[in-house]
Amino acid sequence: MKVLVPVKRVIDYNVKVRVKSDGSGVDLANVKMAVNPFDEIAVEEAVRLKEAGVATEVIAVSCGASVCQESLRTALALGADRAILVESDVELQPLAVAKLLKAVCDKEQPTLVICGKQAIDDDANQTGQMLAALMKWPQGTFASKVVLGDGKVQVTREVDGGLETVELTLPAVVTTDLRLNEPRYATLPNIMKAKKKPLETTSPAALGVDVAPRLSHSRFAEPPKRSGGKKVADVAELVAKLRNEAKVIA
Amino acid sequence: MTALVIAEHDNNELKPGVAQAVTAAGLAGGETHVLVAGQNCAAAAAAAARLQGVARVLLCEAAHYADGGAENLAALLATLAPGYSHLLAAATPFGKNLMPRLGALIDVAPISEIVAVEGPSSFVRPIYAGNVLVKVDSADAIKVLTVRATAFAAAGDGGTAAVEALPAGPDLAISRVIGREIVKSERPELTAARVVVSGGRGMGSGENYHKVLEPLADRLGAALGASRAAVDAGFAPNDYQVGQTGKIVAPELYIAVGISGAIQHLAGMKDSKVIVAINKDPDAPIHQVADYGLVGDLFEAVPALVKELGG
Repeated sequence: MKVLVPVKRVIDYNVKVRVKSDGSGVDLANVKMAVNPFDEIAVEEAVRLKEAGVATEVIAVSCGASVCQESLRTALALGADRAILVESDVELQPLAVAKLLKAVCDKEQPTLVICGKQAIDDDANQTGQMLAALMKWPQGTFASKVVLGDGKVQVTREVDGGLETVELTLPAVVTTDLRLNEPRYATLPNIMKAKKKPLETTSPAALGVDVAPRLSHSRFAEPPKRSGGKKVADVAELVAKLRNEAKVIA
Repeated sequence: MTALVIAEHDNNELKPGVAQAVTAAGLAGGETHVLVAGQNCAAAAAAAARLQGVARVLLCEAAHYADGGAENLAALLATLAPGYSHLLAAATPFGKNLMPRLGALIDVAPISEIVAVEGPSSFVRPIYAGNVLVKVDSADAIKVLTVRATAFAAAGDGGTAAVEALPAGPDLAISRVIGREIVKSERPELTAARVVVSGGRGMGSGENYHKVLEPLADRLGAALGASRAAVDAGFAPNDYQVGQTGKIVAPELYIAVGISGAIQHLAGMKDSKVIVAINKDPDAPIHQVADYGLVGDLFEAVPALVKELGG
């Protein structure tokens, strides 16, 4: 069975983002970029399914500018077999990405799609659920465990208060939570091998998908800063302040 | 304009976040209806009818809505959507699972975790782990939204909405819940607690986490939380995680113990009214956002704090 894994190129999670002075966006010039961490977990899960003999092929897909090839090469170095870039220079919003992924799924016919649960740039947490809806497939979101069976997949989900396990009819979409696995590091030989793996490029037009944005974003701003930084000398002073100054305890 | 809030519930009561989503719905869409779907959930529907600002409650009961799965609920909502200008749910795992699926079914781009309503089509939401706020305008005729509960006041009680039965949609039978491991806790729910006591890597072990923090949480009637580092290390369960990808909390008092304060953690708690940091490192970033920072050994400071509080 084929497993398809979408990967998104995002700002590295260690980078402190800065808003452009005119509030028109976030300054991404000369900023370190990386594969979205949740997508790395998704690639790792797919590769483990292949190593376990459950999956036969792992296909990584990215939608965006041609530099997204870097993210696909990372996925290939982690063990994906081949990659597809849906190249577009216009801003792709989650609904558009879901439609592009649907077009790729219609062509590739994967049995399982494993997505990261959210991208750490727009924090939308939407694409996997939307792809599942468009495909009319079930969805196992926020997964901390995935077990494939005959025509079914059992997904343990992180929900309020604990865990919930759902059984989904395949094909299905799974989205990864943090503790599904710990992704491996790409080794140098695998990085070299990844350069030779097939990477196919297509476009929204070739896939017949309208990617025009529905949402417009403006007035980017940093939230008001907290006026923190005050220190107390000891526990007695802390309790006195909480009682008399902040009045948050009795 | 009419808004529909999709209520998460346990059959008897509404879950935290529903009352705040009702407030956001009133700001965005005028008249507000609430959908309570499930099985044997008339009591939850009655609770929704008591919320101020709710004009009508739709009660839809069927076995295939009992587990709150997104597949059947989104299909039901897609049939209701043409009658509404806005569809909203709280940004909990339930709402985050459901609303994007609904959005795609009706070809609407959903807007996640709104923190302000500026008009019927205009909202504010955080991006980049809460380090940036952005205004989002939607060109879609129907708006599909999830609501960050900490950013809106809860609708009060005192409403007297009518409850109407709604016929169930079909069972798609592609997904079913086969197991649940929900920890029953006497403590308040993390996202709804007035006080949160959170532990980080500095706790050193799961044993310490419980031994040190529980007496403090007991004394303050607090919920327990944790940083990602503490959860990854196995000190605390996954659903205790406060941060960008975990729970977003904004209690009256947040006490961060042995937490350094990575931006991903700050994203989940920096809207708390009062923040206390207990950390032996005076340069830990948590101290920069704390109203009261205590530099010291948590293993001495926390028991001393419990004693000082008269616990």
